[in-house]
Amino acid sequence: MKNFSGKVLFLDRPDINTDEIIPARYLSENTKQALKPFLFEDINLEGFDYKKDIRGRSVIITRDNFGCGSSREHAPWALQENGFNLVIAQGFARIFKRNMFNCGMMAVELPPEIIDRIFSVFSKLETEIETFFDRSSFTLTSGEIKESVKFEISEFDRALVSAGGWVEYADSRY
Amino acid sequence: MGKTIAEKIFESHIVDNPCDDIYVIRLDAVFCHEITTPIAINDLVVRGKDRVFDASKIKAVIDHVTPAKDSKTAVQGKILREWAGRHGIKDFFDIGRNGVCHAIFPEKGFVRPGYTIIMGDSHTCTHGAFGAFAAGVGTTDLEVGILKGVCALGYPETIRINITGKKPEGVFAKDIILSLIGLIGVNGATDKVIEFSGPAVESMSMDARMTICNMAIEAGATCGICAPDMTTVEYLWNHIKDEFKTKKAALDAFSVFRSDPDASYAGIIEHDVSDLEPLTTFGYRPDNVKPVREMEGVKIDQVYIGSCTNGRIEDLRIAAGILKGNKISDYIRGIVSPATSEIYRQALDEGLIAVFLNAGFCVTNPTCGACLGMSNGVLAEGEACASTTNRNFMGRMGKGGMVHLMSPATAAASAIAGHITNSKIYGGR
Repeated sequence: MKNFSGKVLFLDRPDINTDEIIPARYLSENTKQALKPFLFEDINLEGFDYKKDIRGRSVIITRDNFGCGSSREHAPWALQENGFNLVIAQGFARIFKRNMFNCGMMAVELPPEIIDRIFSVFSKLETEIETFFDRSSFTLTSGEIKESVKFEISEFDRALVSAGGWVEYADSRY
Repeated sequence: MGKTIAEKIFESHIVDNPCDDIYVIRLDAVFCHEITTPIAINDLVVRGKDRVFDASKIKAVIDHVTPAKDSKTAVQGKILREWAGRHGIKDFFDIGRNGVCHAIFPEKGFVRPGYTIIMGDSHTCTHGAFGAFAAGVGTTDLEVGILKGVCALGYPETIRINITGKKPEGVFAKDIILSLIGLIGVNGATDKVIEFSGPAVESMSMDARMTICNMAIEAGATCGICAPDMTTVEYLWNHIKDEFKTKKAALDAFSVFRSDPDASYAGIIEHDVSDLEPLTTFGYRPDNVKPVREMEGVKIDQVYIGSCTNGRIEDLRIAAGILKGNKISDYIRGIVSPATSEIYRQALDEGLIAVFLNAGFCVTNPTCGACLGMSNGVLAEGEACASTTNRNFMGRMGKGGMVHLMSPATAAASAIAGHITNSKIYGGR
């Protein structure tokens, strides 16, 4: 199973699309590794420096409808190549969410009030998250502040994360 | 309780219900192009599973960057071409005979009412225009589709959009879908199917139905879908005449795929288009929609007519109707890309290509290139494009570029004016 813990990158905007995660001009790359330098190159987020601001971070917390637009799995791959295996959001576009679990990564939805609370308490602070997959909970920590949050993912998505992705799962069954 | 079209198709294809609300369905067709398929092919090779579930149900095209623009895109084409060859995939379309996937596959008769289809492309929802359940997927879903002929999806809840009224002159299918996306938002139909119904849809051509279904994904929808009718039968007739004695018989067979009157919907939206105006987008989201009149005079550098949204023959006729006898502004680059080789030939036969050339347009081969800023019309930083495509995301047609989505009529008129303008001021329509 992949690593789902680490320092948090907060992206405070809804509807971040897959063109922003990885621009189409890099879709001619034939390896996942080649996508690494271009993650968030076109993101429309004031003051965001796509080269500096992702350094050392491995979990994204964001708003609603993350990953809308193109079906490109290059978006999860670009995240994975930069060490992000977990995105927590108020909501996801369908294809993006499927792609994440299909790759054995996690796209976890939390209710709007919890996302709001996490943003208001933690987004200006250096925050770490620890994920307890078996217990379905996260612990967010920033200095003295500590909060636990329960999450839900479907049994199917859980099976994909454990199996390492959809190809392994499907090939053994169908 | 009655069922929607999407539910009927979906339920008739279920092979497994592994858990929760996830169903594994059997696929009638898997479509492939050279951007999202090669990584799936390479992965299957690495896993020692370089097989296909049924070569006759896999259709492949090189469309995104064709001709190849550099060594990397040449390799993508090569991987797809060699794979199609070694697995005996007969329906493979290369340059000279190719076209934008969501235009060529329907044109070849590969999309039928009641089919389940996936493709590694978000605009796969286009094929719902034929009463098919067609969904865009990522590369891993595509890979499993190629290998096993199945896909895992959630049960399809449907939002029905009932479109009524007679659209005014100068208003087209593109304006209708832009108005709907503006209304429900880019997240308005996430995880849902949008069923387009009502008299305004029934009176639409297949080209127009494909335009509206194409952009269902811009509201987050899994599929767009229209009930099949005689218009569907007429479009498909050349491909199905050996299967059905009469058109009526085909219609009867396809009528299974219509929603029951007591079907249950996640929402029903009534949309009267009688007073609709030509629309365009102003920001970086497809739901940032405004009347063209409020955007009158906005600067553009390029006009692009083409794509899986609006590169079909009807679109070229509409644009040429406005361009005829006019020249595009000296300050504008005009590019038109007929969506398939067949559409190109038809446009040539009808004299439309001459109209575009006389007006000062560059006519390119069929390709997706410019729409996603990969080739054949990439914008420079600070430039704007009046475009008949489907996405205006930041940087979509080139880093630092702005895209204004609009109908072929508005795009053609804007090319003449040299800035965004309404098509009503020009002849033709």
